[in-house]
Amino acid sequence: MTSNSKFYSVIVVLAALAYLATAFVDNQYYFFAGFAILQLMIMALAWNILGGYVGYVNFGSAAFFGLGAYAAIFVMEYFKADLFTQILTAGCFSAVVGLATGYLTLRLRGVYFAIATLALLVVAETLIVNWDYVGGAAGTYILPKRNPTIFGILIVGKENALFGNYKELLFFVLCVFALTTIVICRIIEGSKFGRGLEALRDNEQAAESMGVPTLKLKLIATTISASIMGFTGGVFPYYMTFVDPISAFNLDISVNALAMPLIGGTATWLGPVLGAVILGTLQQIATVTISSEINLLIVGAFLVAFVIFAPDGFLGLIKKFKSRSD
Amino acid sequence: MLEVNNLTKNFGGFTALSDINLSVNPGERLGLIGPNGSGKTTLINCVSGTIQDYEGEVVFNGENLNGLVAHKRARKGISRSFQIPKPFSSMTVKQNLLIPLEYGVLENQLEGLTIEEHADKIIEDLELQEKSNELTGGLTQIEMRKLELARAMALKPKLLISDEAMAGLSSSEVDDILKILIALNDATKITIVMIEHIMRAVMSFSERVVCLDAGKVIANSTPDEVIKNPAVEKAYLGE
Repeated sequence: MTSNSKFYSVIVVLAALAYLATAFVDNQYYFFAGFAILQLMIMALAWNILGGYVGYVNFGSAAFFGLGAYAAIFVMEYFKADLFTQILTAGCFSAVVGLATGYLTLRLRGVYFAIATLALLVVAETLIVNWDYVGGAAGTYILPKRNPTIFGILIVGKENALFGNYKELLFFVLCVFALTTIVICRIIEGSKFGRGLEALRDNEQAAESMGVPTLKLKLIATTISASIMGFTGGVFPYYMTFVDPISAFNLDISVNALAMPLIGGTATWLGPVLGAVILGTLQQIATVTISSEINLLIVGAFLVAFVIFAPDGFLGLIKKFKSRSD
Repeated sequence: MLEVNNLTKNFGGFTALSDINLSVNPGERLGLIGPNGSGKTTLINCVSGTIQDYEGEVVFNGENLNGLVAHKRARKGISRSFQIPKPFSSMTVKQNLLIPLEYGVLENQLEGLTIEEHADKIIEDLELQEKSNELTGGLTQIEMRKLELARAMALKPKLLISDEAMAGLSSSEVDDILKILIALNDATKITIVMIEHIMRAVMSFSERVVCLDAGKVIANSTPDEVIKNPAVEKAYLGE
């Protein structure tokens, strides 16, 4: 079997396992924890497309996530849209915002770009806080539809349905998202587009002189990254059933999205995945055993340790040990 | 093939280039000299599109390049190396060459070879085979300079601008680079503009030498005449 067909087989098997888990696992806590970890993973992978492959540090991940969530809420309120349409709108809306933000900010480099994206987060949150139609500062409740069907098949219900409840459905949806995002990242890494990004990360001026259309590539990367974050945000309202600006535009989301790849390693998709799985699991364990307040402390401590002792993340550490044992 | 007409570039109140007129003929080997800060690199930046907001015009093969961004000028056939090498440091030597081949070279310029074969050929020409699959961090000074040239050559340019490709090299290494550039000019008839401070190199290489001082062209003729030119002497040595 080639490495490609092996990879895609694993992806399909994982998706199937996720579905089987929703059918056979009764303890709802696992879906809750799984959802949290998957959300971290997708945000980390999306952040890494701009932060890792291109080297532009985005502090505004929560803006794209939150705008996705609120785009979903808006179409639900205004058009009574179903879950699928909500998620689709969320992704598309964040993509457009991503493209526009990219166009305005990508001429900035380094810390200036980071500040601009942080500003975007504040602006987006302020807008939503002052927009009463979607709940304003007080937030809004989402009432999931009862007995939704697709092509006549019951999706969520107690009997003869694809999923037992909404949490299981959304866990599965996010799982498929995560796997799709991994596939997208892997395709980017092996493509002409990915090699162009790498060149421009190493040296933007040299890349431009060698025929690489740097601005265009950066815009595409920002748009892809923002839309994935938007899709993830689109699932959020249905999952939480209550959304307010503080939870949707939380800085924790931005910090986690950049900490996971930095801890796991930014060179390939495996880094964000490793970072999210290891730290996400630790966070969940800490939440259950100690308190939920310790989450960010764990991330912070790891981040400091890795920046100092292993700047290339887990992947870098593994590589180092491998080359040492050779 | 390259016409620079009335080119002026100000950085704030400082005039880096003032009303430069210059033409380069097809296949020519042109030396560009001048003291530090005389505007050589600024001129190259204007020609290659790194600087866009200059006054005057840059015409290449009859086409006005004003308003064209750097990567589009690169695809038209203007290639440059950098004074301070700017390798793609997370890539191997060969991968460095694949970037211009993949992004800057048109299909019909590849003459039926794959881009890998092209990269290998350039690597062989420049005797970098042993380092082909190594990261650029482990290169010596001369190898780094060769990589910088190799990458510029991989763009299959019509005009190659070499910005101090020999800075910091020993005398025999300078000869190596000279040999590469002259062989390239002989074999492919591409036009080469060489910016250089090493007089021995630039004088033996160039068919014509242009000297800049304080943003102005002060001499433009054969190497022998330029070296005897009193204005050039004054620019380098003072009164």
